[in-house]
Amino acid sequence: MSPMGAARAGKAKPTLQTLQRQRSLHFQLTMARLLQARRLEGTEHNPWVEYVNLANEYKDAVNLGQGFPNFPPPDFALEAFQQAVSGDHMLNQYTSAFGHPPLTKVLASFFGKLLGQELDPLTNVLVTVGAYGALFTAFQALVDEGDEVIIIEPFFDCYEPMTHMAGGHPVFVSLRPSPSQDHQDLDSCSNWQLDATELASKFTPRTKALVLNTPNNPLGKVFCKAELELVASLCQQHDVLCISDEVYQWLIYDTHQHVSIASLPGMWERTLTIGSAGKTFSVTGWKVGWVLGPDNIMKHLRTVHQNSVYHCPTQAQVAVAQCFEREQLLFGQPSSYFVQLPQAMQRCRNHMIHSLQSVGFKPVASQGGYFLTVDISNFKSKMPDLPGAAHEPYDRCFVKWMIKNKGLVAIPVSFFYSGPHQKDFDHYIRFCFVKEEATLRAMDEKLQKWKAKLKL
Amino acid sequence: MFLAQRRFCFLGNKTEFLKTICSSKILGFSTYSKMSSKLKNAKRIEGLDSNVWVEFTKLAADPSVVNLGQGLPDISPPTYVKEELSKIALVDNLNQYTRGFGSDLGPCPCAADGKTTELNPRPCPFSLESSCLSSVTTAVLTVSGHPSLVKALSCLYEKFYQNQIDPNKEILVTVGAYGSLFNAIQGLIDEGDEVIIIVPFYDCYEPMMRMAGATPVFIPLRSKAVCGKKWSSSDWTLDPQELESKFNSKTKAIILNTPHNPLGKVYTKEELQLIAHLCIKYDTLCISDEVYEWLVYTGNKHLKIATFPGMWERTVTIGSAGKTFSVTGWKLGWSIGPHHLIKHLQTVQQNTIYTCATPLQEALAQALWIDIKRMDDPECYFNSLPKELEVKRDRIVHLLESVGLKPIVPDGGYFIIADVSSIDADLSDMMNNEPYDYKFVKWMTKNKKLAAIPVSAFCNSETKSQFEKFVRFCFIKKDSTLDAAEEIIKTWNRQRSQSGQNV
Repeated sequence: MSPMGAARAGKAKPTLQTLQRQRSLHFQLTMARLLQARRLEGTEHNPWVEYVNLANEYKDAVNLGQGFPNFPPPDFALEAFQQAVSGDHMLNQYTSAFGHPPLTKVLASFFGKLLGQELDPLTNVLVTVGAYGALFTAFQALVDEGDEVIIIEPFFDCYEPMTHMAGGHPVFVSLRPSPSQDHQDLDSCSNWQLDATELASKFTPRTKALVLNTPNNPLGKVFCKAELELVASLCQQHDVLCISDEVYQWLIYDTHQHVSIASLPGMWERTLTIGSAGKTFSVTGWKVGWVLGPDNIMKHLRTVHQNSVYHCPTQAQVAVAQCFEREQLLFGQPSSYFVQLPQAMQRCRNHMIHSLQSVGFKPVASQGGYFLTVDISNFKSKMPDLPGAAHEPYDRCFVKWMIKNKGLVAIPVSFFYSGPHQKDFDHYIRFCFVKEEATLRAMDEKLQKWKAKLKL
Repeated sequence: MFLAQRRFCFLGNKTEFLKTICSSKILGFSTYSKMSSKLKNAKRIEGLDSNVWVEFTKLAADPSVVNLGQGLPDISPPTYVKEELSKIALVDNLNQYTRGFGSDLGPCPCAADGKTTELNPRPCPFSLESSCLSSVTTAVLTVSGHPSLVKALSCLYEKFYQNQIDPNKEILVTVGAYGSLFNAIQGLIDEGDEVIIIVPFYDCYEPMMRMAGATPVFIPLRSKAVCGKKWSSSDWTLDPQELESKFNSKTKAIILNTPHNPLGKVYTKEELQLIAHLCIKYDTLCISDEVYEWLVYTGNKHLKIATFPGMWERTVTIGSAGKTFSVTGWKLGWSIGPHHLIKHLQTVQQNTIYTCATPLQEALAQALWIDIKRMDDPECYFNSLPKELEVKRDRIVHLLESVGLKPIVPDGGYFIIADVSSIDADLSDMMNNEPYDYKFVKWMTKNKKLAAIPVSAFCNSETKSQFEKFVRFCFIKKDSTLDAAEEIIKTWNRQRSQSGQNV
């Protein structure tokens, strides 16, 4: 009798582990062929898992790793969702596949003004499952086997596996810090720049798209108009599509300005602009995102969409529409969430910069977004040999050590670099400052303990 | 530069744009010819842009039309389901990303109740928590779903599988069952693979296969001659030899849909055994779309092919919250199967949408717990909905027969198809190259204000002619909608008897 048969005969009551072992053995005897599709090659590994697990294991650690707010969404957003789920029962059913009409309508009018375009809700707007879903849809619609995709490093980590899954080849170009001047207390990510010649050299006849992320995750760099004009001119010269990930567009600090590359001359017709309700209204769990673009490109995204998820959940879209309608009325006014949120987050950013500096971290002041990239070179020179796998980038060893010993969770910035470049940027870690006051105070406590130990 | 100027004038761009282009030294003549060629679609979506629903939902959008077309309930979801979502909408922290990875799941409510039933004589798997968590933390995990939801699904389905189901490794929560189909196909089907699709089929199977570069291989259900008794979905079967002839060494999978859309067929044990036998013989996978699993009518039983010997290890079984709780707009579905298959669906998930919406997943988990605890109770929605729908089914069978249509009584699901060939509709002003049923539905929508869906939309081009006399009606509709349909049918009948014509 096979092991499975014995189990069923009730001769033993196997544990879940035993069952799994038995099942996998049985499988090895049966399925002889390769199971997974080749398109998954290079996309399986998920480096986040280890850190999420560690953060869960060390429950006392202050989690400044993953990028989501731990404060409530604004009241108007909660109310909008509550109304959507308690209202007309038909909102529990499918809505229009390409976006709930009130949502696509307000997105078209709101962003049309910002981009200087007359947007049609049916042809220029697509609602997706988060900005993540928007990115996937864009890659699948437009990146073909053998196409090259230029990715600016450091990059939000999904761009690379999404390129691979579409059969494309990622081509990386790094933002690099100019040598920091000694008299400067605080480095800024405006010092992190692309070399124009290097960038131009990355374009080949096979380049299909360039992925732009502004404000950038993890650096927090807000690309200025001149930088965007450089990217724009190269995209036009080489007839390349621009996928512009602008999820943090409202989180802009100091006197910086967010510029959408689609609003630059010659760019609307070759740009897909991606946004996120999650980041806009601090409701990451709603998973509502969108893409804006010209119909001749958007139609291909609609084809992917109707063959992948088809519809997005209705009620969250109803709520997001209401939130945008509110913001449209209050645009530019002090009570606008798009004014209040960045003001509050700037305070959090400043608090975090100050606290981290006291322990010897060197933060790179972010101009926008959720995150602070921090230089840990001091620690690398003082504690070069932390436990870790052979050839594991230093920042990963450091983060694991810090979670276990100092109770602070961050994310190693080498996550956001391509394999060959990870070693060059292994002295940076990323903190998320979009957290409530209590969390930042808990961070301060951990840092004070750390500081006390350093003095001994 | 002059040519470039003319081109941009033609496109109607503003003067500033022209100035920028003209003064730019970067652009040259060479970009003109490139412009139209590069910004085009990837090959994977070539030919997949059309969609039957776009056309027919537009037609049915006229408020004077009684819409029995798209499979969308107009009945209210059960009160407790709506209440759970309302409650969850008040909880702040459920508005952020769910963790999605396997982690501390806490004690299972089943174990807390101390309840065991005949279906579930073993202790709840969560009492083994410490042992299963240790394997969970050392393994490389990917996204599975909101912790309380995967736990509830595990608890529910282990009653049917007679096996414990690891909530973190053997379940994936997706954007509707549609999303599960997509993940399964993208994760497991490769370019050049053949996949067997039974005709008629839920229309997305074919384009999803093509997008994955696979070759769909079609086999139609065929009806035996029906004399004297009512035509039933069980009269439609697969010819065993014909089915086996479709399998070969290139066959990667077969897609099974039971209960079936649009026919309403509920595959019998013998039919499933045949399919299972062939899957094992040819070493193929089975993607089993069981979204209508609870909607099975008297005299029929839904069977899960994954519970047949040798099938767990090669089957991905798909379910749907939308169809289970009449909440299609929540767009939550799930895939259940062995880890060596589910992990590839999880990989697709982490590279496509990463996670599904949190509050909906939590509400679904709570709704599931309510019904899991009363599976034998007539009040359990899994029992009450099919009872409610059986009445509606019988009503619509009668209505369709009364106007001369020949319905096929479904054993499950919420659709019914009817042969419309006995109606002499004047379809002369319809497009010639369309199948008969497309023309008939458009005629019926326009002239009788009753919308349905042509069954040839569920066929590949070669089999369309076999099904073009059939039209699909959805009956998960409130009584007033069916009353309105009845009015239309009565009027239609009166017009027929008055005119003496069979129209």
